[in-house]
Amino acid sequence: MKRTGAQIVWEALIREGVTTVFGHPGGAILPVYDAMPQYPVRHILARHEQGAGHMADGYARVTGDVGVALATSGPAATNLVTALATAMMDSVPIVAITGQVPTTLLGNDAFQETDVTGVTQAVTKHNYLVTDIDDLARIMKEAFHIARTGRPGPVLVDICKDVLNDETEFAYPEEVDLPGYHPYFGLDEQAVEAAAELINNAHRPVIIAGHGVQMAHAENELRELAERAHIPVAMTLLGLGDIPETHPLSLGMCGMHGEARANKAIQESDVLIGIGMRFDDRVTGDLDAFAPNAKIIHIEFDPAEINKNVPADVAVLGDAKEALQALMGKVKPAQHKNWMAQIEEWNRESQELDILNAEVDELIPPMVMRELWHVTEGDAIVVSDVGQHQMWEAQYFLHERPRQLLTSGGLGTMGYALPAAIGAHYAAPDETVWAVVGDGGFQMTIQELGVLMQERVPVKIAIINNGFLGMVRQWQELFYEKNYAGTPIQSPDYVKLAEAYGIPARRVTDRKDVTAALREAQEHDGPFLIEFQVKEEVNVYPMVAPGEAIDNLLRRRIVQGPSGLQPAW
Amino acid sequence: MTHDPSTFNKHTIIAWLEDKPGVLSRVLSLFRRRNFNIENLSVGHSETPGVSRLTFTVNGDDQMVEQAIKQLYKLVNVLRVEDVTEKPAVRREMALIRVKVDAKTRPEVMQLVDIYRASIIDVSMDSLVVQAVGHESRLDSLIDLLSNFPITEMVRTGPVAMTRGAAGKNGNGKHARRMAL
Repeated sequence: MKRTGAQIVWEALIREGVTTVFGHPGGAILPVYDAMPQYPVRHILARHEQGAGHMADGYARVTGDVGVALATSGPAATNLVTALATAMMDSVPIVAITGQVPTTLLGNDAFQETDVTGVTQAVTKHNYLVTDIDDLARIMKEAFHIARTGRPGPVLVDICKDVLNDETEFAYPEEVDLPGYHPYFGLDEQAVEAAAELINNAHRPVIIAGHGVQMAHAENELRELAERAHIPVAMTLLGLGDIPETHPLSLGMCGMHGEARANKAIQESDVLIGIGMRFDDRVTGDLDAFAPNAKIIHIEFDPAEINKNVPADVAVLGDAKEALQALMGKVKPAQHKNWMAQIEEWNRESQELDILNAEVDELIPPMVMRELWHVTEGDAIVVSDVGQHQMWEAQYFLHERPRQLLTSGGLGTMGYALPAAIGAHYAAPDETVWAVVGDGGFQMTIQELGVLMQERVPVKIAIINNGFLGMVRQWQELFYEKNYAGTPIQSPDYVKLAEAYGIPARRVTDRKDVTAALREAQEHDGPFLIEFQVKEEVNVYPMVAPGEAIDNLLRRRIVQGPSGLQPAW
Repeated sequence: MTHDPSTFNKHTIIAWLEDKPGVLSRVLSLFRRRNFNIENLSVGHSETPGVSRLTFTVNGDDQMVEQAIKQLYKLVNVLRVEDVTEKPAVRREMALIRVKVDAKTRPEVMQLVDIYRASIIDVSMDSLVVQAVGHESRLDSLIDLLSNFPITEMVRTGPVAMTRGAAGKNGNGKHARRMAL
């Protein structure tokens, strides 16, 4: 059957199971939009292509399958770059389809021409420029295959406009032929044996579980192994939910703003098992001082992550699920009572320093996050932006399951949350989706409120407004002598703004109103916005200063006040 | 991971690439963004149509070289990568060197060229073009001597390498990749 290039794009998308695409039309991609009504696909119009990219990202993280973004050439494609880089760093499968100027004009500085494959080379897993319609079906097939297999990632397909208008005989390939792409390795039995041996002889074992556990759907295997061998589990930011944070073996998040018990346990461990994580600098701090007495077992899918930052004593290359299943058969049941008692002791110290256990009259963000957890009963998808609120969310919302927290962990993209939350809604329409944002990040992609308006997307927004680019301000306070250069930020009247978009909204300035506002939003059928005007200069603690060992923690000072223990602000 | 330059060694690495538009650009972009210290590289056709062969030298410790190889494998168009540094291999480079001469110095240059088994491929009244092929250390030494005359123009191809005996074919990427790990 004859199909145009534009039709081939849709034929391919349908065959790859795509039901929802996020995009923004323009000149070079117009043939694709022209053909769109012929196909059973829902299109969500983003207000900026970065938003379309993050929507596809949020959709992909919740479904575990490919999210699709559409954009035109030139500025539209360059607008996608941040979203692609975000997805690349966090291994999120996206296929981005961009229109390109006609082949006859390529390289000619034509209107809205950018070398998109050149620009996106470093922020995609792979990319294609399509100049011949007879390559198009194959390339679409390959793009989806590459995006979703191996370590997932974004793939961009840039298609010249004349290719979209050309016609050819369409046949979708059954198989891909990529001689240089072999992402799967069989599990190395010897490595599994060696890992089990180390675990069986450990006295102070710790697991650091990452995003890879979620991507491999290995959460049950992880919990079984941790319970069997009695191993406490610390999680990376993107690993939160690998094991329920209410589980007795959960240490919570580790790293720069991790729980003290998690960081101390890692440092004191004799066997450290990294699973589906990459020993990022936010996790390890000073590499030379990281887990100094531990034998390192690294279970990881991407060979390039093994020995990249931390040399592994035992490297188990492979899928986390498969590796954990194999380990289960070889790991002996154990009890590490003294070790767990030591961890509990660290935990007790932390509780005394926890701001939620101090006497505070002001409205502070950690309390909002904990209340959000209570009000949602821990059963919501939370999409956090980047900054202080992101860390408070990570610390005070107790994540129960994988794919419950979506956040830009690797790239740290401010402006991620609102569009990603929209994508998350389309991936899981029956779930409540909360976007937790700061006043800085929210203003970076605030235009996507238009999508909430147009599509009545029932995303709930909690703005933590402290009048600063808070995390940057915190660094200025701690490392730049409170030189708050460029960090005070004004906000519009968010309640009026929301009203302008037809979105109901509340402003909360008092602690006692937090729960009611959250509950109202949670129960409201449709989008809802709450602005929390919180105490301005509150820091995220604990904190590991950049380049320090992760047990060298900056803690909040708690002092005796007139009516009890109080934070020394 | 911290790196001590005193432990750095030069590694000769061969990569087989799909001969498609943009592939070399992908490789170069990777070297740059991963901050790999590439001293030279040369690329050309291999024995297999559609497969080009890249030889490059990277300076670094074992971990850095391991990273370079693994990162290269992550490029979809890279078929196979082999570090031949520790393997019996021949390495050869070619140089074209234009040397300024006069009637008096011409015989001296010709004598040096003879000793180094290089050849003269162009002659004019005031210059000679020398073609030299050999291990790069041999080329270094010839160039060092010729620079006394002096050298007015030069181009070096960068070394290419091939293992000795019955080795390599660009064949099964998956198998080779497992070996590289």
